[in-house]
Amino acid sequence: MITFTDVAKTFRRARVLDGVTLTLDHGDRVALVGSNGAGKTTLIRCLLGEYVHDGRVRIDGRDPRAERTTVLGRVGFVPQIPPPLKMPVGELVSFAAGVCRSDPARMVGVMEELGLDYRAIRRLPFVKLSGGMKQKALIGVALGRDTDLLIMDEPAANLDPEARHIFFRLLGSRVHRGVMLITSHRLDEVAALVNRVIEMDTGKVVLDDRVADDVDMASRMRCRLRLIRPEEAFARTLGEWRFTTPDHGTTWHGLVNGPDRLRFMCMLSRYTGLIGGLEMAEGTEEMADVR
Amino acid sequence: MRALIQSARLDIAESLRARWFLFYSLVFGSIVVLLFVFGLTESRILGFTGLSRLLVTYIQLCVAILPIFVLITTVRSVAGDREAGVFEYMLALPVGLGAWYWGKMIGRFIVVFLPVFLAMAAAAAWGEYSAIGVPWDLFLVYTALLVSLAWAFLGLGMLISTLARSPDVAQTGAFLIWLVLLLFLDLVLLGVMVREQLPLEAVVAIAVANPLQSFRTAAILLFDPQMIVLGPAAYVILDTLGRDLYLVLALAWPVVLGTACAALGYRQFRRGDLP
Repeated sequence: MITFTDVAKTFRRARVLDGVTLTLDHGDRVALVGSNGAGKTTLIRCLLGEYVHDGRVRIDGRDPRAERTTVLGRVGFVPQIPPPLKMPVGELVSFAAGVCRSDPARMVGVMEELGLDYRAIRRLPFVKLSGGMKQKALIGVALGRDTDLLIMDEPAANLDPEARHIFFRLLGSRVHRGVMLITSHRLDEVAALVNRVIEMDTGKVVLDDRVADDVDMASRMRCRLRLIRPEEAFARTLGEWRFTTPDHGTTWHGLVNGPDRLRFMCMLSRYTGLIGGLEMAEGTEEMADVR
Repeated sequence: MRALIQSARLDIAESLRARWFLFYSLVFGSIVVLLFVFGLTESRILGFTGLSRLLVTYIQLCVAILPIFVLITTVRSVAGDREAGVFEYMLALPVGLGAWYWGKMIGRFIVVFLPVFLAMAAAAAWGEYSAIGVPWDLFLVYTALLVSLAWAFLGLGMLISTLARSPDVAQTGAFLIWLVLLLFLDLVLLGVMVREQLPLEAVVAIAVANPLQSFRTAAILLFDPQMIVLGPAAYVILDTLGRDLYLVLALAWPVVLGTACAALGYRQFRRGDLP
């Protein structure tokens, strides 16, 4: 579906992309990872037809630069840094729906599903929204229309656990539709969302690998955690994961989104010395006490 | 066409929310009010003969204020949007580059032209209401001249904004161009001609090519086409071309210049990196 053939991009003397050749097929959910300056954003901008470059980029045989309205009509894009748009959210939705020939109600529907009160923010300038609200609005615009290619730059970074769960569920419903390209600095942030990992470094692809594809994106895991003693920093972190404690910080309960399990484990690894017991089980039913 | 209209609407809405637009409208509205207050007071002594002098004074003030307003706001908006990352997102939506660029220009044209025109139209409406007589031929020519002047500087602004990679560079470039055009009005041209002993044709060519000069001369020629008012270069051009031909030139040339600059800007915009 998408081919990059020897794509190179140079800014003044700095070679940011260095002969990237890749093929992405229908059903590929790709994590594009790499450190700052690896070339992820530049590659995405070439894919969106925003940069002139050497080599060739094709989406179903079409050039995204020369046939941008046809190609971009099938692309949903969520940038890492929300644009500082002064226009009200309602105007953004109406403009995006207009040029995408989509129903604005669908975009609003996704925003509301993610927990955004559209009526309350409709007249507010987009730039005045909080980071999470901006992210939800942009995801609404990207997912609230028919697309074959979803390009998302750190899409869930600003979302709360509940919104992440809904977001993963929405992505799960699109798993078999076209291609998803999700960029991140860290693989653990996106690992469970994808079935292929492409790592970039200094403008080159240094790893292109398939990963296990068994995680149900809409699943949730009930988790029970026992600490050997209460700890303030750990309590704060668990609070951010919306965990609750019935006994002042020794036992904790909560739900972890299926695709977030690796991220959760990584977080726990920082406090391994405090963990007296841990139980995780798929599903939301009650579980037996952790011994 | 649909995308072009939406892009124009977006730019109009964006401008109407901006502070510069409020300030811009207030400036031109205030000029007309002040000209009425002081012009009418003065004319009671001299004998009031209609709105002609008020319109000429207004149009002369426009030639000083309108171009720099148009240039600065246009270049800041486009280059600023690019630098802030607005283009990265907005141009990832399926909108054609032509529709985006020309829609932005048309939207901006409506926004910069309307306050200037409405202030003048309000003066004419007041003149009609007060039965003091409105020189409609002058009004129509001035309207057309304002269209061509606004379009010329909008085109220049779009070109500068696509060439400059930062709002600061764009703003400096816009200011310098305005200053050069202002300096090459009649008086400076005369100085250059005398000092450098330039051939007359070169001086006339420079004067004809300057949209500020053609606007200024055309604005005056219907009212008081004397050399002492027009300046020597304009007088020579007028003498060579004749009144009607000069008027056509003064109306058409800035439109051609603005369109050519905007087209060049579009070519640059289309061929380069967007964000």
